[in-house]
Order: sequence, then C-alpha cells, then structure tokens
Amino acid sequence: MPLFGLAPTEWQAVQLSLLVAFWASLLSLPLAVLVAYALARWQFWGRQLLNICVHLPLILPPVVTGYVLLLVFGQTAPVGRFLNDTFGIVLAFRWTGAVLAAAVMAFPLMVRAIRLAIEAVDPKLEQAATTLGAGPIRVFLTITVPMMAPGLVAGVVLAFAKAMGEFGATITFVANIPGQTQTLPSAIYAFLQVPGGDASAVRLLVLSVFISVLALALSEWMARRVVHGTGQ
Amino acid sequence: MTLFLDLNHSVGDFNLALKFQVPNGVSALFGRSGAGKTTLVNAVAGLITPQKGRIEIAGRAVFDAGRGLNIPPHQRGIGYVFQDPRLFPHMSVQRNLNYGRRPARSFEIDANLIVDILGLEKLLDRRPDTLSGGEKQRVAIARALLSNPDLLLLDEPLAALARARKLEILSYLERLRDELRLPMLYVSHSVPELARLATDIVVMDAGKLVACGPASDLLSDPSLVPQLGLAAAGASVLARLTAQSEDGLSTLNTSAGQLFLPRIEAPLGSRVRVRILAQDVMISVQKPEQISALNILPCHIISLRPGDGPGMIVELNSGNDRLLARITARSAKRLCLQPDLACYAIVKTLSIRPAEVAI
Repeated sequence: MPLFGLAPTEWQAVQLSLLVAFWASLLSLPLAVLVAYALARWQFWGRQLLNICVHLPLILPPVVTGYVLLLVFGQTAPVGRFLNDTFGIVLAFRWTGAVLAAAVMAFPLMVRAIRLAIEAVDPKLEQAATTLGAGPIRVFLTITVPMMAPGLVAGVVLAFAKAMGEFGATITFVANIPGQTQTLPSAIYAFLQVPGGDASAVRLLVLSVFISVLALALSEWMARRVVHGTGQ
Repeated sequence: MTLFLDLNHSVGDFNLALKFQVPNGVSALFGRSGAGKTTLVNAVAGLITPQKGRIEIAGRAVFDAGRGLNIPPHQRGIGYVFQDPRLFPHMSVQRNLNYGRRPARSFEIDANLIVDILGLEKLLDRRPDTLSGGEKQRVAIARALLSNPDLLLLDEPLAALARARKLEILSYLERLRDELRLPMLYVSHSVPELARLATDIVVMDAGKLVACGPASDLLSDPSLVPQLGLAAAGASVLARLTAQSEDGLSTLNTSAGQLFLPRIEAPLGSRVRVRILAQDVMISVQKPEQISALNILPCHIISLRPGDGPGMIVELNSGNDRLLARITARSAKRLCLQPDLACYAIVKTLSIRPAEVAI
C-alpha cells in the first residue's frame, strides 16, 4: 500500500526533494555563516562585489543560473571534469547536482537571514567576553552563535523551503529524470505535460502544502526553543 | 607599579596624549565627560589600538607601538567593569560568573568570598533580565573579579545607578580594595566616590594630564579646585572612632582634636576617613562660644586662593591634616585673613553625610 496513495514515481519525487533540500541547506550553512559574518562585520576590498555575487542567483532568471552551473560543472566543463577526474564526483544530471542547484539558489536567502541576525548581536557583549579572557573562536561560539541562533534557524528554514521548491535551475542543470533527478516540482511539471496526469499532480500539490506547513510549524517551535533554551 | 602608560592617540579632532604611572592600590581616573577617560581605559584593555605609545600592566608590556607589540585583550590579564553591566543574556548568573574563570596570574580570588562580599548567593540561578540595575552591576563586578585579573578596570560602574545603590556598591568596592588588595583603575567624575575609594588620582582634561599623585594630596589641593568642581572641593581628614553616644552621635579623634559626627556604624577603634567639603567649613578668628556647631578645630591658614566669583578657597592646616574652607572674599577681607594666621574651622555635625565617611 503506497503511502498517501502515492504511486512509486510520485513517492520517489517527494523523497528526493526532501533529501535534496536537507543536504542543500545543511552543506551551505557553514559557508553562509562565514559569508554573512564577513559582510556584517569585516571591512575588506571586494566586499560589495561579494555581496553582489551572493545575491546574483536571487536576481538572475533561475534558468540562467542553471545554465551557468551546466557551463561550469557539466561533464565536459573544466570544473566538472576536474571533480570527476580527481574525486569521482559527477554533478550534472545526478541528484548531487540537484543539491548544488538548490544550494546555490537558496544561498542568498540564507545569507540575508543570518547577516541580519549577526548585525543584531551587540558587539559590546563580545567585547566583554574578550576582556574575560575568551579568544576570538570562543567568543564566536559562546556569545555570537547563541545570540544569533534564532536568525540561524530562520535562515536554514528559508533555505530548506527554497530548496524544496527550486525548479528552474534544477531542471536546467540536472534535467528531469524520474527516480534520479525528478524533484517534487519537476514531477508536478512532468505530470501536467501528460494526459491523465492531473490526479498525480494534485496529490503532489496537497503533499507539498502539507510539508510546507509542517516545516513552518517545526521552525517556529525550534526558534522558540532556541530563544528560551540557549545556554542552559 | 601597577600601570605605566605613555599614549598618543587621535580620533578626529580629539587628541589623547599623556604619560603617567600609578602604584598598586585604587587609582582613580578623573575628568569631565569628553576628557578621554573611556578611550584611555579601552586602550589599556586593548579594545582600541593607540597610534603611538607604550602600556605596561603589572610590569609586563602589553602594548608598544615602537616594537609592534599589541597583546590582544583576552591575554592582557585585565578585568573590565563597563558602565553598562553587559551580562550575557542567554546565560544564568552562575554561568556569567564562570565565563571568565581562569588560573590566577598574580591573585588567587576565592569565588565564595566574592559571592559573599557582593551578596550574590540568592541570584546565582537567575537570568540577567530578571535582575535590578544594582544586582546586574554587582554580577558584572564579580564576573570581572573571578577572571583573576592583574588589574581591574572600572569605567564609571555606578553612573547608571540610583543613589542608594551607589552607596551600597561603593562599600562593596571598599571591601574588595581592603580585603583582596586588588589593583584597580577606577574612572569617575564623582569626587565623593574618589574620596572614598582612591589611593591615587590621575586628573585629566581634554586628553591631557592635569595632575597625578596620592589622593589625599590631590583632593585637598586648592589649585585643582577648577577641575574637581567648587561644590565638590574639600579635604579628607583621618580619624579614629573613639565613642558612640546615646544621642546618635559618634566621637572621633583627629590630629587636631575631637570630631562629632552622625552615628557611624563601625567598631570602636576603626580608622575612618572623613571628607569635609570646603563649603561646609566656616572660619572664625576667635574661638566661638555659645554656638550650635559642635566641631571647632584650631587651625593655621596656609594659603588663600581667590576664585572667579565672589568666593575664595582658604587652605588650612589642622594638626597633621589639611582642610579647605570656601568663604566669600568679603569675609576674608573683613577678618583680615592672611597666611600663618591662627583661626578656628567650624563644621556643623549634620552637614557631614554618610557618603562622605569611609571606613
């Protein structure tokens, strides 16, 4: 008995989307924190340039981003070939590529949320911590991170939601192969292209609403836990 | 020597340029707002990097622009109590206190003693946002102390507190000074605070050094009256508590004679420092009889210093102590006051407030 009355292809699409969104938000988190911290706190040459690059996927048409990924990470492209030859990692037309596409598309949202959270941390508290003998890493881990935790959670949830719904860049970079690269949105799109696919599309639609509501509720709960629970 | 400092630092139009050193004890940094006190303390703490100069804490160079030496704040062995408490809001009081604990370099501070002196036992499980202003500042002081600093920096730690809280924390700080003998650099623009706490005073104005020396000398130096402010001008007298009377007065012995003050809660025989404000002292050339004032001390005039207004400051020698009196120039002329003249200083008992008495 398939869960929720889903056909195997539909179920695979849901599973793949969750997997892609999970890895995309998890793997981009450390880099997003670093970039957000740099943009919020450091003055350096090329800061504006970095800011623009981070925001590009938000501004460009997703198809363009997907095409750029294909040009850089495709099997015959320089970086793609290097990754394949050296580490045996293939991204184009694989689910791992879908993770990369989702991560790139979600990155600006995550950086923005975390940057706001870092800017809200009072540097006076960090100064106080240094006068108490804490070095930069200890200050960051014990003062900065707990104080910005709600923003961190918000950033991860935003990125997860964006990754779940990412369509344009994903379909351009890794296509729409059932069981391999067909995520929930690409599955809905595919079902709409074939006669009689409406029922599948509606089932997936209901399921994606359900997942979104669940994720939102979970994030609210986590944010509250983080605000009240840090440091105890 | 606790602190040596030779600095030159400019921010916009403001230039901080001064050089001084202070011995162990409580050194007070005094000056108007905008004199550069906080900038100086931040330079000692390493929170700002001066453009030129050298800083030594407890004999160890922590900053030397010439040699390119700049030890980061967390390795300077300082504790810092800021104007605002800066407690970590996501930690309990206990965890705030534990945050900075590190092995002692020069002082081993007993955590239980600190918690006891600052009255924190009942607050340990509380969150900073549930504490009153005075409680927060006490926790901040304890937190800085428990990091076992070689030098404790306090930047107007009482500025944001109500008067009653100030007196309470001031007496805690006196205990810390006397029981732990911890060197402190204490920033303030309140002369009564300095008079109670400081062993040495550094007076600065507009980024420059005005005077530096033992507190008892500087606080009764009439030439510093413009900096310390007329209303706060006065001198400290050392005394010993000899009797408590049933009518609510305490009797003290000074080098010039007996002093009667409103009751002082201290054991008999305690050494007490009483600050007598210049504006509370009257001068009589004959010994007054039939007068309500209880304290009549024989004196000699050392000097007379006219002020800008109708008043002047008279510097008096009373036994081994010095006194300042603020009287009108007209009175000085009428009484023919001049140096070496013998006279009497009259101080009303009730004009000396508890805040002016340090035990």
